[in-house]
Amino acid sequence: MDGARVKTALSMMDERGSGEGAGYVAYGAFPEFADDYAIHVFFDNIHETKRAVDGELEKWGTIVHEEEIPTYEHPNIRKVHTPWRYFFKPDPSLMPRSTTPDDDIVLHLVMKINTTRPGALIYSSGKNVAVFKASGWPEDVADFYRIQDYKGYLWLGHNRYPTNTPGWWGGAHPFNLLHWSVVHNGEITSYGTNRRFIESYGYQCSMFTDTEVVAYLFDLLVRRHGLTPELAVRALAPPFWDEIDRMPPAEEKICRAIRLTYGPALMNGPFAIVVARPDAMVGFTDRIKLRPLVSGEMGNRLFISSEEAAIRVMEPEVDHITMPKAGEPIIGRVVA
Amino acid sequence: MTIGSVPVKFRISVDHDQCMLCGRCVENCPYDVFRKENDAIHVNSRKCVACHRCIAMCPRDAISIKERPIDYRSHPVWTTGVREAIYNQARTGKIILAGMGNAQPYPVIFDQLLLDACQVTNPSIDPLREPMELRTYIGKKPSKLEFLQKNGDLDLITYLAPNLQLEAPIMIGHMSYGAISLNAQQSLARAVSEIGTFMGTGEGGLHQSLYPYQAHMIVQVASGRFGVDIDYLERGAAIEIKIGQGAKPGLGGHLPGEKICADVSRTRMIPEGSDAISPAPHHDIYSIEDLKQLVRSLKEATEWKKPVFVKIAAVHNSAAIAAGIARSGADAVVVDGFRGGTGAAPRVFRDHVGIPIEAAVASVDAKLRSQGIRNEVSIIASGGIRESADVAKVIALGADAVYIGTAALVAMGCRVCGTCYRGLCPWGIATQRPDLVARLDPDVASRNVANLIHAWTLELSELIGAAGINSIESLRGNRDRLRAYLLDESIMRVLDVKPVGA
Repeated sequence: MDGARVKTALSMMDERGSGEGAGYVAYGAFPEFADDYAIHVFFDNIHETKRAVDGELEKWGTIVHEEEIPTYEHPNIRKVHTPWRYFFKPDPSLMPRSTTPDDDIVLHLVMKINTTRPGALIYSSGKNVAVFKASGWPEDVADFYRIQDYKGYLWLGHNRYPTNTPGWWGGAHPFNLLHWSVVHNGEITSYGTNRRFIESYGYQCSMFTDTEVVAYLFDLLVRRHGLTPELAVRALAPPFWDEIDRMPPAEEKICRAIRLTYGPALMNGPFAIVVARPDAMVGFTDRIKLRPLVSGEMGNRLFISSEEAAIRVMEPEVDHITMPKAGEPIIGRVVA
Repeated sequence: MTIGSVPVKFRISVDHDQCMLCGRCVENCPYDVFRKENDAIHVNSRKCVACHRCIAMCPRDAISIKERPIDYRSHPVWTTGVREAIYNQARTGKIILAGMGNAQPYPVIFDQLLLDACQVTNPSIDPLREPMELRTYIGKKPSKLEFLQKNGDLDLITYLAPNLQLEAPIMIGHMSYGAISLNAQQSLARAVSEIGTFMGTGEGGLHQSLYPYQAHMIVQVASGRFGVDIDYLERGAAIEIKIGQGAKPGLGGHLPGEKICADVSRTRMIPEGSDAISPAPHHDIYSIEDLKQLVRSLKEATEWKKPVFVKIAAVHNSAAIAAGIARSGADAVVVDGFRGGTGAAPRVFRDHVGIPIEAAVASVDAKLRSQGIRNEVSIIASGGIRESADVAKVIALGADAVYIGTAALVAMGCRVCGTCYRGLCPWGIATQRPDLVARLDPDVASRNVANLIHAWTLELSELIGAAGINSIESLRGNRDRLRAYLLDESIMRVLDVKPVGA
């Protein structure tokens, strides 16, 4: 699927944004570099900071290919950054004690560059994943990057109404870290708790927004701790204690253990979130569903959206629309 | 030696037009302030401690008390307290004893911290209409979970250490039978059992009449080992090793012999009438590795079924000490701030040693996180928790739960007169004199304490709901939801909170 339909769907919901930030993710966008990490960087200024970023990358592996991300002049978008992408192969022998050395090297680079190199921001770092974001309305951002020129098997799109941080390019959703991408409608009232929890595992929050912790939490729970996506959602939006008390013993034991262990990962406040990784997509809301979320199915395609209208504009004949209960995940798996 | 005359602290006056000579003031005052002579009530104001028992009991509102009617000649440096202490010590040559908590006018950090609430961008959550969770588990948590996939079923293989389940993050701290009366302990025990929380026994053993409430009691092992045997350990829901307390960091316990009646002597397993002076250090703990041995011995003795807490006074280095405790196998660390109350402490310690609980909790939480061992122990904050807002603030600074002490006593009638060490508490709380103890009715007092905790939990629910949070764990360590009002920058750095407006 190319990006044209995603753009149409998102522009249906312009009402939900303010024209200060929008973005898209496409999984499967770089088939010719499918095995390399597609590291996307916003440079404030190519001359000052790019050499430093090149140096960091070369220290930890090989730059297979690099290019400025093509953009097309647009009257409503002021190009304040130069978006760049590297296709990068880390050298696993440099992280000898890790079971996932490639990922850990890239994670380290993301954290290091984003916290110590002003003027360079890595905003995407997964394999075969493209991220397009900027300050502007969704359709303008789509045209700025011409997302219709990209094909992906899994897309996310987001239209932002910024409150916590100004509408800057880095603050636009989706957020990506390694294989994870996140779009988020809401405000996480437990951000301080979540951030301190995730930071004690070596993650560094550098984008001044609550959404990035979602990507880090999924990375920790699923990639590093080996939980299934279902269990990860149980940790982030768990059932209430009195529901747990009434569960059958086996389920009760697991839910209690998850809340005890991952209590600081519980996300509070109103939110609807979609998280994607190369083989799956998960949508869920907070425990009392203070933000809308609907899903639709058509054959083996899954749509998750804040509004049904956006699904219908993409797939007028959609045959199955459901509204998940609070905290209940909608999980889509990629079938080959 | 001639020393200055000491002005009276309180002046009592009786309105003789109102007084009907019922004599209740005479009966009720254990300090012998009142006497009835020649059809009139006479007073000796010098003996008054302003416990307000007479005022509460006078049916005609005929008694009034004026504080410091003739004060010392004022001086900005040589304050009343300083000079009074000098006179007392010049007279006696002794250490001055005091009760309750720190009485110096240090600024209260809690009062300079403000909580957050939601507006527009996120909705506040109404606890009258939505579920609100205050349930708290105290004890070790795993750092990660591991599951085994067995024919489609998930099986949890991670071991979960025993935890205490609290329905609200408020427990009652350790006040021993001896320091307080049996009626007072019974009232507290009934209240915590009803609410679904816990209380500490203090270092005074567990009296038989409290056995029905033992599932809600944390038994204490302190340096004097008073009352400790295997039966005692097995009865408790958890065991607490007391290293120090906020009211007198670096010292042991002081229970004057006057308070050691026959029953207290049996429960503590010490001779009647002897002063119960617990040593300053535990004589088997001279370093952190010795603490680890004691933690493990207590666990071994109780078959690893009970959480073991370690209580320390909040001192300058408490963050590093807590990190050591987290590695000792203990399940919770209790940090007792310098405002913590006590039955008896040297005044110089009560007023000058230790640090505030707010700063201690913030630094302990930050240290444990920076070392990746925050999950190894729960943090219980105590010492100066006066209202539900303090509970919310200290949890936002990183505590898992609080111990209250003085607040529970106030709920039973305590007037914070600070004279507990004399054993004559007119409210039947900090005394063992049978006629005084009988004044405290456990039916009423337990109701009052339960009401207090219940009221705080309601307020806590409202506070976190207004902040858009429906589970207490999302407040824990959430310093982003606090703002400092007129605190200096160095303290804000320790607390890791921003100033108001930022």
